[in-house]
Amino acid sequence: MKTVMIDLIINNHPGVLYRISGLFARRSFNMEALQVSGLSGTGRSRMRIWVAEDAKLPQILRQLEKNWDVLDISLDTGSGGIEMPEPGTAVPVPFH
Amino acid sequence: MKFSGAQLVIRLLERQGIEIITGIPGGANLPLYHALGNSNIRHILARHEQGAGFMAQGMARSTGRPAVCFATSGPGATNLVTPMADAFLDSIPMVAVTGQTPLTLMGTDAFQEVDTYGLSLPVSKHSFLVRSVEELITVIPRAFEIAVSGRPGPVWVDIPKDVQTAEADVDAWPGPGEKQPGPDPDKGTLDRAVAMIQEARKPVFYAGGGIVRAGAGNRVAQLCEKNGIPLVTTLMGLGIGGPSGTPAALGMLGMHGERSTNLILDQCDLLIAAGVRFDDRATGKIEAFCPRARVIHMDIDNAEIGKLKTSHCGIYGDAGQVLEALIPLVETRERADWKAGIAEIQRKHPGPGFFRDSQRPEYLIRRVGRYAVPGSFIVTDVGQHQMWTAQAFPFSRPGQLITSGGLGTMGFGLPAAIGTALACPDAQVICITGDGSVLMNIQEMATLVEQGLNLKIILLNNQALGLVRQQQELFFQGNYVACQYSQSPDFTAIAKGFGIPAQTLGSGESPDTALASLFNTPGPGLVHIPIDPRANVEPMVPPGAANLEMIGGENQ
Repeated sequence: MKTVMIDLIINNHPGVLYRISGLFARRSFNMEALQVSGLSGTGRSRMRIWVAEDAKLPQILRQLEKNWDVLDISLDTGSGGIEMPEPGTAVPVPFH
Repeated sequence: MKFSGAQLVIRLLERQGIEIITGIPGGANLPLYHALGNSNIRHILARHEQGAGFMAQGMARSTGRPAVCFATSGPGATNLVTPMADAFLDSIPMVAVTGQTPLTLMGTDAFQEVDTYGLSLPVSKHSFLVRSVEELITVIPRAFEIAVSGRPGPVWVDIPKDVQTAEADVDAWPGPGEKQPGPDPDKGTLDRAVAMIQEARKPVFYAGGGIVRAGAGNRVAQLCEKNGIPLVTTLMGLGIGGPSGTPAALGMLGMHGERSTNLILDQCDLLIAAGVRFDDRATGKIEAFCPRARVIHMDIDNAEIGKLKTSHCGIYGDAGQVLEALIPLVETRERADWKAGIAEIQRKHPGPGFFRDSQRPEYLIRRVGRYAVPGSFIVTDVGQHQMWTAQAFPFSRPGQLITSGGLGTMGFGLPAAIGTALACPDAQVICITGDGSVLMNIQEMATLVEQGLNLKIILLNNQALGLVRQQQELFFQGNYVACQYSQSPDFTAIAKGFGIPAQTLGSGESPDTALASLFNTPGPGLVHIPIDPRANVEPMVPPGAANLEMIGGENQ
């Protein structure tokens, strides 16, 4: 199964990870990998979620789009050279 | 000028145009109540936070405007979870404001501390945990903006006590939170929809609660009439297109829809879905729903389009705007062949006409309908009485029925009816409930009497959780477990104990004298009607089955 990356810009507050992960849990979506980092000085964070490219993907995107903590959303299907990290490897934190 | 957080909240609610707040005070929201004491906003003291939440829902459902309820932290907040979840599933705009343990104590398992923000996540459209007094200035208007924009829904604002008491300088007040304009329907998509309607030989329009919320009932009726399209509605859409029972208005579809209505849907070659979410109670087994039909689906929530059923033409936008654009584009058509085919199906599969049988609950519902005046609201609880009301009450306008559709919450009826009567003091409000449901929030009878509202309660009593009993009869070989009440309280005495005039209908007695006296006496009143405990809601599609597999509901 091919994996794609959902790239989100979200409000940065203590409950935001809870909200996004809760959405995934409640709707039975599965995350393959997750990376979150604050965008310093902006009150925003960048969240990258790797998910399987299956029939649920459009619904995941639409549910995220209407989330009021999600400010921007884009999908990277792999052409941009971003790969899902191997399990157990450290994920670089490029956003600062 | 300096304001406390609590004063800020109350001032912002006043600026939002809020006139009534329901709620219950407690330790963590006392500063809010202290500030409320100096406001013109009227507070309705409920007897349980769930009651307060459903009263706010009644206000919001009857007026279409967002309503507000207050509760304290801990148990106050947990008691709001049910009305918030209910509002979320039925897309009702409301704002719940809860007090929270002071920030300095949060996370220490303090007295009446619960993770309200965490509780709020799956049951609200959005929620805020306010961490500073300054934030309130943006959060309160924003909460209303979110509640009413796009697909409406409940918003939860949790405010720690020390944020309520902290002070901030306010130089300029923000404007009230208002509805953001929806997306403009895409022209190319509209053209595709028009072409699909043009090509269809057997179209059916499928309208739901989104049409009621959008105030687009008249536009649905106009489009259907112009292009000769028969209309079915969901439970939440009842009243769109006026009373049902003609080849043009087929009534409710689904689990308890008429046999002919489900059979007609099976034949259709185009389904025009608007403000609906293809709920399983409406569609039955989704793979077998309208198997021959192409689908046009219009909705203000883009995530609903294609969620459960593939649509061949998805229109993202406000149903009212979409329909307004579509009406001039479609042809004027009779569709005489399709109407004749529908009439034939209706003739071959007539309903049982239970509303004509004085031994049946549907007859009582129809009799109640005779006393309803234009502009009345019918508020139900959840169970058999709810479905009989949906089937037999002659609804004349969208939004006339106020009912818990998505969550199906027993205990909804009485407090939601109180909220309706508070928001619409000049309207006739009728609460149709059952003996199981009414006991789940019966304490609000005290609120009803205290407020002196003109609310009429019809209580159908079968001494059972009727829909459970019915499912155990039909699908569990009559093995009745935990569905029958061996002891029925004296409901008339209970109502009278709260101060509500009440009477019980005798066995075999015509309901008309009791109903006439109920409706001719101002103020609250209750008529308690024992009914045949064996009466079932018919027809019934077994849960999980296709809508063609209906049990009962035939004309014998």
